[in-house]
Amino acid sequence: MPEKFDVIVVGAGPGGAACANVCAKNGLKVLMVERGEYPGSKNVMGGILYRKQTEEIVPEFWKEAPIERPVVEQRFWMLEKESMVSMGYKGKEWAQEPYNNFTVLRAQFDQWFAQKAVEEGVLLINETVVTECIQEDGKVVGIRTDRPDGDIYADVVVLADGVNSLLAKSLGMRKPMQNEDVALCAMEVLNMPKGKINDRFGLEGNEGCSVEIFGDATKGELGTAFLYTNKDSINIGVGTTLSGMIRSKIKPYELLEYVKNHPMIRPYIHDGESAEYLAHLIPEGGYNAIPKLVGNGVLVIGDAAQLVNAIHREGSNMAMASGKMAAEAIVKAKQNKDFSEVGLDSYRTSIYDSFIGQDLKKYKDLTHTFENNPQYLNEYIPLMNRAASQFFTIDGTPKWDKQAKIMKSMTAGRGKFGVVKDIYQAWKVMK
Amino acid sequence: MAKTIEEKQYLLRYNADPKSHLTILDHNKCATQCEGQICTIFCPGEVYKWEGDRMFVGYEGCHECGSCRIGCPNDNIKWEYPKGGHGVVFRLA
Ligand SMILES: Cc1cc2nc3c(=O)[nH]c(=O)nc-3n(C[C@H](O)[C@H](O)[C@H](O)COP(=O)(O)OP(=O)(O)OC[C@H]3O[C@@H](n4cnc5c(N)ncnc54)[C@H](O)[C@@H]3O)c2cc1C
Ligand code: SF4
Ligand code: SF4
Repeated sequence: MPEKFDVIVVGAGPGGAACANVCAKNGLKVLMVERGEYPGSKNVMGGILYRKQTEEIVPEFWKEAPIERPVVEQRFWMLEKESMVSMGYKGKEWAQEPYNNFTVLRAQFDQWFAQKAVEEGVLLINETVVTECIQEDGKVVGIRTDRPDGDIYADVVVLADGVNSLLAKSLGMRKPMQNEDVALCAMEVLNMPKGKINDRFGLEGNEGCSVEIFGDATKGELGTAFLYTNKDSINIGVGTTLSGMIRSKIKPYELLEYVKNHPMIRPYIHDGESAEYLAHLIPEGGYNAIPKLVGNGVLVIGDAAQLVNAIHREGSNMAMASGKMAAEAIVKAKQNKDFSEVGLDSYRTSIYDSFIGQDLKKYKDLTHTFENNPQYLNEYIPLMNRAASQFFTIDGTPKWDKQAKIMKSMTAGRGKFGVVKDIYQAWKVMK
Repeated sequence: MAKTIEEKQYLLRYNADPKSHLTILDHNKCATQCEGQICTIFCPGEVYKWEGDRMFVGYEGCHECGSCRIGCPNDNIKWEYPKGGHGVVFRLA
């Protein structure tokens, strides 16, 4: 092993592997260090992989990547105890190139994605924990690992070490995380024959379906559940903020059972065979929780930088995009031979100027609004269900009368003004 | 279908390090200063079990999610990663 690298990337998730890949393509000497037995062995996601940001790292990746299904239908369910309001879009255009997004299983996808970086010349070491960043004169100059003689040096260290980023914390680049800034998610992979999945979800061939579930799935706490179709398995999961979990004293696996047994969900998954149970955190602090992104000789990307759009369940794409922007800043710094905070600053400006910074800014009050206004979940989703039920029940009442009655019941609890205010506030944070 | 937490945890592949990566700093705090012992509730792997007088830490079932690192109200858990290559090994998602 050479003594010194241009770049050391800590963590071989989508963020780290994307960054390493682009660095190597630009001729840099790159080491990527992963603590798991293989890339993906510590990583969890519901399973939606976005085409655009993945393609920017590996063009036409769908021709060779271990993807499960291209998603042709996205559904949204607003659950009550024994009913739901459902919305969605299905389009055959999503079943063909260039596709829209895909379901994946991360343990498989991450191995493949890291391998693509290796093919560009990245040296990958698995089964190695980076225990600290080595600092000299206020600059990060390398890493210490849990291997004997484990010090390795580089011009730049990229922290792609995921939501818990102990390294960014120890460098003082981020504040301690709060219970309301993370969502704790529990999920299961349920094996099911392909034909049965297709029949239940109304799919053909290899088409996939994603279902985002709101309302009763999280018993009124801020959070969501999901149901995604793989080739011959289904991923089902649920998460709420850690603060919500603590407040309601729900055990995550009991909440998962509640979702699995919900009468609106059960018919889709019953008689599936459990193959794996997994839990993980999602950073949901959003814009205000973004840490210091750049230091002397160090950059923070992906979940480690809290770059997740919770409402649109985008995380892997932001990890990849931030990895690419980090790589571009490093290439520039290399040309200028300046790896200081100033020399690497173009990474920070790229993030804030890109869709990542813009989207996170747009939704910056979201978690806060919903945490402080539980009526959105506890009242309006049930109301929507009742309104739909009344509207679609044929009982001889004229439709005009129905609408008037629905309006009246909608505004009964909080008064007209309260409801309008609530809806305006919700619209403002979500639009 | 796995219903209980025991059945769910049984599905995990785990390469245990002989040394625990989770350490309760002060067992006394768990006994006297922690109402609800909330880690026994939110931990998705049911790693923490109160045994009447002290906290049992079944670290071999830890998903390494980090919830107890953030959620313990008394900062009473020393939370590290297991040695490289050890700990939970997810095979699928
Ligand atoms: C239940 C759930 C559902 C989700 N659903 C979606 C979805 O549908 N679509 C989507 O786009 N996103 C989703 N996300 C978010 C997505 O998983 C993350 O945003 C994404 O994985 C972030 O990538 P990353 O590379 O930054 O971090 P990670 O994927 O977490 O990778 C970090 C890597 O660093 C390694 N590591 C950490 N510390 C060290 C160390 N000290 N030394 C060496 N290695 C280390 C880890 O082992 C890991 O491999 C979901 C997340 C969860 C939990
Ligand atoms: S939450 Fe912390 S202090 Fe309370 S019982 Fe658990 S470890 Fe002990
Ligand atoms: S890290 Fe997560 S799974 Fe492990 S003990 Fe803490 S809460 Fe439980």
